[in-house]
Amino acid sequence: MKTKKTAYPYLLWMLLFTIVPICMVAYYAFTDAQGNFTFDTFISAADYSQVFLYSLWVALISTFICLVLAYPLSFMISRCDEHKQSMIIMFIMVPMWMNFLLRIYAWVQILQNYGPLDTLLNFIGIDVTLIGNSGATILGMVYEFLPFMILPIHTVMSKIDNSLIEAAQDLGASRFYVFKNVVFPLSVPGIISGVTMVFVPTASTFLVAQYLGGTQFMIGDVIERVFQSDHHTGSAIALVLMVVILGFLVFMNKFGDEEAVGV
Amino acid sequence: MDRKTIVSLKNIFFDYGNEVILDGINLDIYDKEFITLLGPSGCGKTTTLRIIGGFIEPKDGDVYFDGERINDIPPYRRNVNTVFQKYALFPHLNVYDNIAFGLRLKKMDKREIENKVKHMLAIVDLKGYEKRKINNLSGGQQQRVAIARALVCDPDVVLLDEPLGALDLKLRKDMQIELKKIQQKTKKTFVYVTHDQEEALTMSDRVVVMNNGHIAQIGTPADIYNEPADAFVADFIGEANIINGVMLGDCRVSILGQEITCVDKGFGKNTPVDVVIRPEDIEVVDPSESVLVGTVEDTIFKGVHYEMSVKCNKCQWIIHSTVAQKVGSTIGMTVDPDNIHIMRKMFLLPNNEIFTTVLYSDEEANTITISIEDNEIEVPNCYYAEGTKLHIILPPSGLHIAGDGVGDLDEVYIESVIWKGEHNEIILESDERKWLMQSDQDEQVATYVPISFDFSKATFEVIEEENADED
Repeated sequence: MKTKKTAYPYLLWMLLFTIVPICMVAYYAFTDAQGNFTFDTFISAADYSQVFLYSLWVALISTFICLVLAYPLSFMISRCDEHKQSMIIMFIMVPMWMNFLLRIYAWVQILQNYGPLDTLLNFIGIDVTLIGNSGATILGMVYEFLPFMILPIHTVMSKIDNSLIEAAQDLGASRFYVFKNVVFPLSVPGIISGVTMVFVPTASTFLVAQYLGGTQFMIGDVIERVFQSDHHTGSAIALVLMVVILGFLVFMNKFGDEEAVGV
Repeated sequence: MDRKTIVSLKNIFFDYGNEVILDGINLDIYDKEFITLLGPSGCGKTTTLRIIGGFIEPKDGDVYFDGERINDIPPYRRNVNTVFQKYALFPHLNVYDNIAFGLRLKKMDKREIENKVKHMLAIVDLKGYEKRKINNLSGGQQQRVAIARALVCDPDVVLLDEPLGALDLKLRKDMQIELKKIQQKTKKTFVYVTHDQEEALTMSDRVVVMNNGHIAQIGTPADIYNEPADAFVADFIGEANIINGVMLGDCRVSILGQEITCVDKGFGKNTPVDVVIRPEDIEVVDPSESVLVGTVEDTIFKGVHYEMSVKCNKCQWIIHSTVAQKVGSTIGMTVDPDNIHIMRKMFLLPNNEIFTTVLYSDEEANTITISIEDNEIEVPNCYYAEGTKLHIILPPSGLHIAGDGVGDLDEVYIESVIWKGEHNEIILESDERKWLMQSDQDEQVATYVPISFDFSKATFEVIEEENADED
């Protein structure tokens, strides 16, 4: 079959850069420096369970905020005419064309002590520390990953036939009822992919917390640090993170199968 | 049957951007009638329906429901339900929940909802389909669910927007009869939109023929068929021979150079008119007994009758008769004066008149450039000084659709296309005016095309001005 053959380059790529590295991580996670099989790596990894839970918590909050911001926006965009839609979507994408690190630096500049926002707040008598806490980390995460929530929800929403909304109104449904009983159920697949696309990277990303979160590192940062000295413990943490995310994905998909239907 | 008016449209105007969709729509819909809005695509019938449904508000004019003005009442507060073109069933709900959707909103008792849904499923012949998913139903079944969903809410008026459009022919015929039965059984007012004239004639109590944002005629199917208001209606409903004629006086019309007796009066002498004769109204007689003589070109057996195509003075006639004539034979044709329908022309002038000024002229190349609706158009083989005011008379044969896509005028709207025996008579609308065009080709109504002018067929008249500058 010709179509199968065209997939070979990617299959090779996947083998080399996905399967093999995962096996290597698994190998390192279950061995010590001498190459003997051991569980000790996981015991030392357990030292970081606090950070681990903190990361999941930050990811959860960030995902939730993204959802709350993105959902009404996506709904609004999907009801605009096509020209406007692509325009707004472009504006949402524009920040992503800029380097990730640069954008985080920009936030550091904005939030830092004696930075513009801090000065302004001090001036009107509010004395708060804007940087170096969980709030700043969450802000950075939301800023980074919001487009990944908007795009899938928007895609699903724009496919909801306007005549379905009209039909519901025609049958006597108020705006709220239309939303609750027609638009929302039909947009669940978008929510699920949006949540997945935001939660997974926020849980594992690094650098954001290093720059904005002060001493409160996230698990991604920890893996980076630990890896510099100890591949084995680092691999163990990474493996645990992978399993947790896998569990999350399975859960989301199951939830999705029950709720979602083809539009 | 009582003739209480339930929905009334008064002087409805609606436009979208620069395009006028509806203009001056006046329509009374009676209680418990099956009324059909019929017209070609783009005539504004769906827009009219959406205005009744409340999905769009008219830009001008009023909508009355049972005597009460409802212009700004949203759809969910109107006692009107719609069957949508593509059904618009909720894909996340099963058949039962789709039908119960409207009832649940009315805060009805569970038992009552169940009874009503069951009853409705029986009416539309879908007993036992309650738990089925919408996506697993055939087109015809989805159609019935959509009808049930609209009817179960017990609306005063049911709006149906080309509900049978997506079904195949056989199913469509069955559903036509079924819909009519459902309407009679439930005693509801049905407002039905279609572009299929046969569907309209089969099902309706009254038909509203629409063309280009206007109502062309309202009447019973028989009225519309037998007494069409103009050539457009005659052409759109059933088959008709439509021929250009000239009134010679009261009850006398000239067609194809022959004088014929009719029963219409008051058009005025020498007025150009459209003459409409239904194919079944033409009687075949011996050539010596008639002034209209033609040659049979083709005979097709159509089951009940023969359809013959007869050539008479370059003009093609269609005749329906139970007796077949030999191809190639010469026959005479007579028509009872009662069956000759005379109609005022939709385009009043016989030619296109253009008033313009010469922008540039080139004596060497023997061309001038004139402006029509801000388009500069070069006219070959003629010369007038720059600034000369011209009156150009361009016959319908001097216009044609630019096949290569680049015309003198772009984006001209095709308003109507009517076969006049020899050629199509096409009325076009550009930004500022209308044009009459002749064409042997069939064109699609309600589309935009580029047109070109052939000025070799035109006659030019210089408009003398008292103090015209002469260089």
